[in-house]
Amino acid sequence: MASNTKRSNVLPGFGLTLGFTLAYLGIVVLIPISTIFFKTFTLTWPQFWAAVASPRTIAAYRLSFSASIAGALVNSVFGFIVAWSLVRYEFPGKSLIDVMVDLPFALPTSVAGITLTAIYASNGWIGRYLAPLGIKVAYTPLGVAVALTFVGLPFVVRTIQPVLEDLDQEYEEAAATLGASRLQTFVLVIAPALIPALLTGFALAFARALGEYGSVVFISGNMPMHTEVVPLLIMSKLEQFDYAGATAIAVVMLTVSFLILLGVNVLQRWSSRRLTA
Amino acid sequence: MVRIALITIAMVFVALFIFIPVIAVFAEALRKGVGAYFAAIANPEARAAIRLTLMTAAIAVPLNVTFGIAASWAIARFDFPGKQTLLTLIDIPFSVSPVISGMLFVLLLGVRAPLGGFLAAHGIRVIFAEPGIVLATLFVTFPLAARELIPIMQAVGSEEEEAAIVLGAGGWQMFFRVTIPNVKWGLLYGLVLCNARAMGEFGAVSVVSGHIQGHTNTMPLYVEILYNDFQFAAAFAVSSLLTMLAIATLIAKRFLERRVVPVKQAQDELAVKVAA
Repeated sequence: MASNTKRSNVLPGFGLTLGFTLAYLGIVVLIPISTIFFKTFTLTWPQFWAAVASPRTIAAYRLSFSASIAGALVNSVFGFIVAWSLVRYEFPGKSLIDVMVDLPFALPTSVAGITLTAIYASNGWIGRYLAPLGIKVAYTPLGVAVALTFVGLPFVVRTIQPVLEDLDQEYEEAAATLGASRLQTFVLVIAPALIPALLTGFALAFARALGEYGSVVFISGNMPMHTEVVPLLIMSKLEQFDYAGATAIAVVMLTVSFLILLGVNVLQRWSSRRLTA
Repeated sequence: MVRIALITIAMVFVALFIFIPVIAVFAEALRKGVGAYFAAIANPEARAAIRLTLMTAAIAVPLNVTFGIAASWAIARFDFPGKQTLLTLIDIPFSVSPVISGMLFVLLLGVRAPLGGFLAAHGIRVIFAEPGIVLATLFVTFPLAARELIPIMQAVGSEEEEAAIVLGAGGWQMFFRVTIPNVKWGLLYGLVLCNARAMGEFGAVSVVSGHIQGHTNTMPLYVEILYNDFQFAAAFAVSSLLTMLAIATLIAKRFLERRVVPVKQAQDELAVKVAA
């Protein structure tokens, strides 16, 4: 932006606002975050290792990762279809859907948790039709995946939607005029432009799902080794005042989250370079 | 054909994950009748939870919005080394799990920690009490207002502010007469998002509240207590209030987006014209 590069010094308040920003950032975010690393340094290696690699923790990692990936994959497919329908088609109820897609952002997670449990319990609205088919959702790993799909839905839709809106339909028309089939147009023209956004949406939904607590705690049933996700394991260690164990696992999770965030940043830089090129 | 199939799939997916849960909240809340619904909401414990939720938001939202204004002013109006790092640091709370967010404050201010022990010795309880809830809420809602205000502050540009200063306005005069009116919709947008999260946060607040029955419950925590106590209709009655808040937030968000986005777009078009 042109206006950002030319700097004038007439505007006041730089010292005041930057000083307040840094002080507030330090008190509210940086000091609390640093405690977790200080606490980690007080642990011995065997202590740390016993917490992060116990069979119960490994089972929790496995469930958290697989259910989060499953949720993010489901969202990538169906979230893409939702975003595509919202951008390209007109249909009744479209603006209502467009507004309500963000519900998982705005709904407190405990409300989401008890509601999904009520719906998918074996006597619930949807659960009762699945139970005769032998499909149990609530209190199984499948229930965890359902809850994690719910929380990740807006991330995929809202990262793909603006990219689709900016995508010039002229390219598709050109491809069609030049004899490409619809499938060819989609695979060769539309998909390449959307892949960075789709990957970003997937990563954001995955990261959110990994850390999710409230929507999962009710539907999962919290059975150690079976339906216990990592945030629940941290919570139960805290409730037993095993702060060392909770810290060790939290550091592993924080590191994973920061790596995902880094990946998303790289992805976004890559996609903006592609768009400007 | 493809069109109808895709729209149908989209509608079924959204119905399954969004609309059925919303309807279920209200249906379950009214399962025992309207009388039980209002009794559940008017119950003294429910009222205490509502009061604590409102109080928490009343502290956290103004503080974080003030931070958002200060940060966006410094970042959008001035160049300084480390700006990119600052932006990354502001985003940290987004990538921290709610449980870990709450845990940070237990480690820092719990009675076993040096600082928490010192405060406890002086009769100040932070963890398992209201101050802990406010701190955890501050942490999780920290980036929300700043995140919305920074791009808007950048988009509106500084020409009008510079003119005000050159024409002799004082710093605060410029701020209240020019800056605030220019970014008011963005400010309100950030405030709405920050408020929704402040009133709805569950995981982080759950860790610092220590699950003490009857005490230090915000509305989302009270929902959990009622549910675990098998008072399902009451749990959903309180949930219905939070769901209404969520829906009101989404409507306000849409309304404000219509005012915020054109500002950015007009500015982009201007930039394109200037560049061309």
